[in-house]
Amino acid sequence: MRAAASLTLPRALHPGAWWLWALGLAAAASRTTNPVLLVLIIAVTGFVVTARRTDDPWAGAFSAFLKLSLVLIAIRVVLQALLSRSSQGVTVLFTLPEVPLPSWLAGVKLGGAVTAEAVLTATYAGLQLATILCCVGAANALASARRLLATVPGALYEAGVACVVALSFAPQLVTDARRIRQAHRLRGHSPRRLAGLRRTAMPVLEGALDRSIELAAAMDARGYGRTGNASPSSRRITTALVAGGLLSMCVGGYGLLDGSGAQLRGLPTLLLGTVLAGGGLAVGGRRTQRTRYRPDPWALPEWLVAGSGLSAAVALFATAATTPAVLTVPSPLALPAVPVAAVLGILVGLLPAVVAPPVPHRVGAVASRQPRTAQVSA
Amino acid sequence: MIRFERVSVTYASAGKPALSDVTLDIDEGELVLVVGRTGSGKSTLLRTINGLVPHFSGGTLQGRVVVDGRDTRLFRPRDLADAVGFVGQDPLAGFVTDRVEDELAYGMESLSLPPQVMRKRVEETLDVLGLADLRQRALADLSGGQRQRVAIGSVLTMHPRVLVLDEPTSALDPQASEEVLATLQRLVHDLGLTVVIAEHRLERVVQYADRVVYLPGAGGRVVSGTPRDMMRVSELTPPVVELGLWAGWAPLPLSVREARRAAGGLRARLTENGSPRKPASDVGTACTRVEELVVSYSGVPALRGVDLVTRHGQVTALMGRNGAGKSSLLAAMVGLVPVSSGRVEVEGIAPNSVRPAELMRRVGLVPQEPADLLYADTVSGECEQADRDAGAASGSCRHLFSALAPGVPDEVHPRDLSEGQRLSLVLAVVMNSGPAQLLLDEPTRGLDYTAKRRLVTAIRALASTGHAIVLATHDVELVAEVADRVVVLADGEVVADGPTAEVVVASPAFAPQVAKVLAPGPWLTVADVVTAAGAAS
Repeated sequence: MRAAASLTLPRALHPGAWWLWALGLAAAASRTTNPVLLVLIIAVTGFVVTARRTDDPWAGAFSAFLKLSLVLIAIRVVLQALLSRSSQGVTVLFTLPEVPLPSWLAGVKLGGAVTAEAVLTATYAGLQLATILCCVGAANALASARRLLATVPGALYEAGVACVVALSFAPQLVTDARRIRQAHRLRGHSPRRLAGLRRTAMPVLEGALDRSIELAAAMDARGYGRTGNASPSSRRITTALVAGGLLSMCVGGYGLLDGSGAQLRGLPTLLLGTVLAGGGLAVGGRRTQRTRYRPDPWALPEWLVAGSGLSAAVALFATAATTPAVLTVPSPLALPAVPVAAVLGILVGLLPAVVAPPVPHRVGAVASRQPRTAQVSA
Repeated sequence: MIRFERVSVTYASAGKPALSDVTLDIDEGELVLVVGRTGSGKSTLLRTINGLVPHFSGGTLQGRVVVDGRDTRLFRPRDLADAVGFVGQDPLAGFVTDRVEDELAYGMESLSLPPQVMRKRVEETLDVLGLADLRQRALADLSGGQRQRVAIGSVLTMHPRVLVLDEPTSALDPQASEEVLATLQRLVHDLGLTVVIAEHRLERVVQYADRVVYLPGAGGRVVSGTPRDMMRVSELTPPVVELGLWAGWAPLPLSVREARRAAGGLRARLTENGSPRKPASDVGTACTRVEELVVSYSGVPALRGVDLVTRHGQVTALMGRNGAGKSSLLAAMVGLVPVSSGRVEVEGIAPNSVRPAELMRRVGLVPQEPADLLYADTVSGECEQADRDAGAASGSCRHLFSALAPGVPDEVHPRDLSEGQRLSLVLAVVMNSGPAQLLLDEPTRGLDYTAKRRLVTAIRALASTGHAIVLATHDVELVAEVADRVVVLADGEVVADGPTAEVVVASPAFAPQVAKVLAPGPWLTVADVVTAAGAAS
């Protein structure tokens, strides 16, 4: 057996596998508004993140996304309460003072009776979006964005590099802006003066421009772009194929996930897009002869992790095809059903907590790990 | 190895050439040091070696440059990547990836080397540069010296025959620059690499050079020769050479070791005289009081109980390695960082408690990046703004600036000024509001000897008019020139505080060259020695 296929040998999992797992769970969440299933998905992502996150700076992304989700649900509920109409239910929780609106806003009602049905419907709909956000947050916490970009095919290499550069420039801009605002204080300008914005923005942008020119020179001096000897026409073909392919993948994916009877049209569009984009990448990949240093392997653990996420999606899609009623709450006040097949499918998503290889201890980071572990257990 | 044949470079917008008629041969395995004032074309000369000039920068190149048999007119920088390794001034700005190991591999990926070769070369380079412990670290977390070594490593993995470095130690503290220079020494001696360096800090590198190329600038003829010969004619010389020239030693010493062996007679002759420095009791009244100051950034203390009193007419140098708390102390003295506990008072008021416009009349800070303070389009616009801010008479800032850097036209954009002129402009802007306490953070970064000499004169003049001055700096020669008192910080605490001679003479890291040559004597600069010798005779 290859070392990479071992489930216990510590190494970083291929970032693509984490994303497939997370997208699988997100797709599953998009099928249902059943709060039991949605909360289960959030619990699954949270458990796996806790089990397999590293001590890298981005590993805290999950809690940030979780907080964002809660805010999202709260906003949705508050808006619904303010704008709810009596047609949404009869169980009145409380009554807000109603604001009279002009006649041309006849369809809108501000304030008035707030019904339990309206609030619960809003909560469930908000919960669905929150779950999808948590899935994305889990992928962000588990997989390094840079490593994912490093795996893009040769044809997209330039775009990948641009993204990597942007990732390191963004924090630099924040640092620069802070430094320059401090400098304004030194010139005797109090903060929050209108002229301050222009005076901050200009030096920050100039600094960013200087840095990008310097970076471009450094990249040129280190051989960037040296093997790109494609003819303009082949480059155009690549661009057209990849762009068209990605576009139809988006349309197809939307059709598939939208679920309003367009699923049959969604699938072929998605497949066509995949073929187009694949063709474009193959054509473009031939021209760039770059080699890759220590690429992330794709072995058994990656298959298992990606598969576990997809199985959750498959379980939910199958349930949606056979017994769609259990995936929604028929009346907001009724207790939601617990469909066994869907629950089992989602629980398969827990697998990465065990089958993904353990996180490797970084050299020199052992000391800084100690407090963090203590924090997690406490 | 590298051959320049009648090379001239003219940039598109410039009237006169940046480099004119350079003919030069650099042999395999040489360590060549390029010296010259700011703006004399050092960077341009270095960038012609790998074709960045003119392929990347634009402009016109006449004549030709041949590197390892390849004419740079026909080869782009990327095609020369396997022959010339180029390391720019700011290593962080040239990093493409975020981890040490990936950065070392980046160039090889572009050269499409097979994965096994890359793996092997990365491991070898990690060992050669002593980076093995740092392989997984994020580049942003490295110290200056480590970054510079990673930048060198990232081009070494492509196995170039020539290594070109633009000011590799200018921004580093003395310890980190030792680290980088030791690495370069090893590459030249063990791997036979040809190395071309441009550097302002001659005292750090001249002793290692096999050859010195001197760019006089302003269309003058480029000359090259052995370091000893060149130091006799160059207008830029490190203190140890200056001392050797004054004392008439032959052969001319280039390193402290050589000078010390020649200095036996001089030491004996000078010993009868005491320190030429003014005694420590001759100081003014207190200006800024810092008591038990603690400053923390998100729970991590940068300063742990610092006490400091600055006095009118006294120049205090803050020294210590990067991260020792020098900048935090200066920032606290102008109220830029919140004080966790303890007290800061500038002329009786706490900097945090008053409006910026009020504070600038009491204390002024010239930050590490002086350009941050500037935002007008022209020098005159900047000066007028400073007059309005300070409520000063129109033209007073311009007057100050002209005194510091004469002959700069009104309509020049501040970004087009040389480093020295820009520092002078910022100094003029800061002094225009008349603060009694002046703080300078690393003022000599990127300054050549001439600009530094001008700065020394300006600091002395300010001190003699009763200003209290604090410099945070790594530049031991500057400290020897101007500081009356040295405060050494380590890990957020004051570890030494006393008259300059007392603190620096015995210190291996902070002693200036002259002090190292004449230790245990109290003389710190060539001027001190000249005065003492004059008194002796």
